[in-house]
Amino acid sequence: MTQNPETAPLNPAEGTDLDALDQGTYTQLRTARNEARLELDGTWHQISPRYVVSQIVQNVIFIVFVAAVAVALNVVLEQDWVWIPAGVILLITVIALIILPRQAKAIGYMLRADDIVFRKGILWQRMIAVPYGRMQLVDITQGPLDRAFGISQLKMVTAAATTGVQIPGLTQSASEALRDTLIEVAETRRTGL
Amino acid sequence: MSEQQFPAAPSAPASAPKVDASTTLADGEWHRMHPLTPLFKGGLVLIIVAGIVIANMRDRIIGWFVDLFAPEEVHYGDYSGGDPVEWVLDNNLVLLVLLGVLGLVVVLVAIFWFLWRFHQFRITGDHVEVRKGIVFRSHRRAPLDRVQGVNLTRPFPARIIGLAKLEVVGAGNDANVDLEYLATSRAESVRSDILRLASGARAARQAALAPQQPAGGADAANAGAPATTRAQLRGSVNEGVTSLITGVDLADVAPESVVKIPTGRLIGSQLISGLLWLLFFGAIFAIAFGSTIIGVLSDGDTGGGLVLLGIGLGMGIPMVIAVVGITWAQISKSLRYSIAPTPDGVRITYGLLTTVTETLPPGRIFAVEVSQSLLWRPFGWWTIKINRMSGKSAAAQQSGSAQQFNIVLPVGKRADVERVLGLVLPDVPTTSIPFLWEQGIVGPTEGDPFRKMPRRAGWRRPLSWKRHGYTVADFGLLLRRGVVWRKLAIFPLARLQGVSLSQGPIDRAQRVSGAQVHTAPGPITGYLSGLEREDALALLGDVSRAAAEAASRDTSHRWSEHAPVAAPASPAAPPAPPAYGAPAYTDLPAPSGPPVSLPAPPVTPPPAPPVTPPPAPPVAPPPAPPVAPPAPPSPPPATNGE
Repeated sequence: MTQNPETAPLNPAEGTDLDALDQGTYTQLRTARNEARLELDGTWHQISPRYVVSQIVQNVIFIVFVAAVAVALNVVLEQDWVWIPAGVILLITVIALIILPRQAKAIGYMLRADDIVFRKGILWQRMIAVPYGRMQLVDITQGPLDRAFGISQLKMVTAAATTGVQIPGLTQSASEALRDTLIEVAETRRTGL
Repeated sequence: MSEQQFPAAPSAPASAPKVDASTTLADGEWHRMHPLTPLFKGGLVLIIVAGIVIANMRDRIIGWFVDLFAPEEVHYGDYSGGDPVEWVLDNNLVLLVLLGVLGLVVVLVAIFWFLWRFHQFRITGDHVEVRKGIVFRSHRRAPLDRVQGVNLTRPFPARIIGLAKLEVVGAGNDANVDLEYLATSRAESVRSDILRLASGARAARQAALAPQQPAGGADAANAGAPATTRAQLRGSVNEGVTSLITGVDLADVAPESVVKIPTGRLIGSQLISGLLWLLFFGAIFAIAFGSTIIGVLSDGDTGGGLVLLGIGLGMGIPMVIAVVGITWAQISKSLRYSIAPTPDGVRITYGLLTTVTETLPPGRIFAVEVSQSLLWRPFGWWTIKINRMSGKSAAAQQSGSAQQFNIVLPVGKRADVERVLGLVLPDVPTTSIPFLWEQGIVGPTEGDPFRKMPRRAGWRRPLSWKRHGYTVADFGLLLRRGVVWRKLAIFPLARLQGVSLSQGPIDRAQRVSGAQVHTAPGPITGYLSGLEREDALALLGDVSRAAAEAASRDTSHRWSEHAPVAAPASPAAPPAPPAYGAPAYTDLPAPSGPPVSLPAPPVTPPPAPPVTPPPAPPVAPPPAPPVAPPAPPSPPPATNGE
């Protein structure tokens, strides 16, 4: 792809194979329609749709569990009040489920010349840029359901406690390629802290 | 008993045979702490145990005293209720019990002695290591080039007999290496060794060691004179008492480069803060008192006066004590404050009874903030705080002493502020300090370069929206905030950890965005709200690029390695104010950047190979060329505050 040097992603010589980042992911970023939204030049890499499936399964399991506990308490112990907290929990989970697909399409990251930018959120939009040299460690985590769907979460840690970038729903190959790239680039640009 | 033997045993091999060992402890050998360490650590336990015992036998002890001094006829109560002493006396077991107590003391002494024997430290070229413990062994090794600072604390009781605690500050939670306790002179030499090794000036050290040999011999001869521990102790007590009066750790810096605070101003500034506390507590008091009066009056009770008196005393006295306590703690902690440049960084000393000396190597400061509360404004007083890696655990970071740790200037006038800013931010060219003052600290004037909150977003900061903004200068990102509590925060670009933007629906409707600068945790937060959308996006774009550039230019990681001119000069003339590394990484980014980073590689190879061959060489050369081309177009428009 051709881009101006300002927003060029990364020197290909520095990174490893970056094609894996865009295989099997969403292709259209979802953002707010208002013109005043935060927008950057460059290509956003997105996450895998399997993340949404995995999250839905997890949430459904959670809903079933909460409902089962509530029913059990109601029937066995004849406690009617359990429906108040259970209802609140179920309502929040269902709302989260409804907006989940939209949220997942709003998650993206961009590899720029000097930093990685991570974005999320539509209504409440957040964007964070972390210079490569500041990365202290890169962490890949994977739960049992994530493993079943072949996705994992990548976390970047810097000296600042508040940076905390977590990219969920990366495909297995994308997370590994991204980790290797980040570590490689960070190694050449590292400073004291 | 057994205690007499061991101080002699370790001290003899340590000082007598090896001349080298007595001059520098950074010889890669294992060393022990001061022999009196167990007394200070274990003595505390014994005092606590004794306190518990005394508290539980209060009645009996009072009874004994009364019986001793009172006339025969008086009898102090009767305390025959099942207490172990009674039982012991009844069964004639006094001797046995005394033996038991003696045995316990011996066992405790032995335990502490063994703990002391197994508590050792070692300083090699790259690491400082501490190992301790018998059953649960721990071995901590900290890389020297990640040292964030070295603190020398002289706690009050230990100080009298000349002991000090050395704390090597690391980056991270609970990452500090504590060496407690060492004789003060040894602690000072260990500190300078650690800083010298951390500075990467290994070659300078070799050179310095050769001429030092005769001097070292003389030292050893002097040290040989007070060979007995008692003489040593007497000498160190003398020293401790003298330093209590004169102050500490200023022997090797030029007096004119030291910034000191007049005691009157320090006390005055803290009293004003104390006044605030008094007002706060006074308000609580008034509310409680007023409501009681109303209650009493509506009741029509005649004994109300007594109730009021009770409440007045019961609440008033503790509040007054609290205010006095808080204010005194603040004053005594920051009394005799001084800050001075040394070749290895800025040295900050404070404290009246317990003195703390912090050494902050260059490039370990993540953010600096100058601020002034409304009450200080008539006096023209300012305070400077910094964000730094404290290496303490999360719980310890909340304590009062940790808060003190982040203050580099408790109170100062404009001249002091400018000098301290020059010390803690050596990258800031002296020419731009007036700019910092006029535009940043005091407020917007003509030609204000700050990108401010627009008027339509002003409701977010009804008072200070005209000041609320940021600008990017060559040396750092400046955030100007507050009008009642005026603040200017400076984030050195080379140590910026990231920037984030956040925009909610209301922000979007107003075409603005919030921004947050991420840096090491500390008292300075980097949040700006309601920036113009374009300004916020520019912040996200420019700052990362400028930060990457600044980081590739930054050499403070091993500061002396890259300042070949400054390093040899340092032993000869330590007190040149901005001596450390300042000539190496100067203010102008684009022009002077390449010439500085290019000489660096020739310097690095000699010391590097034994240390860290992979990271060191690739750091400087590769990023410089790819980064440089996009650099010239970008920073001049965005930066260039002056």
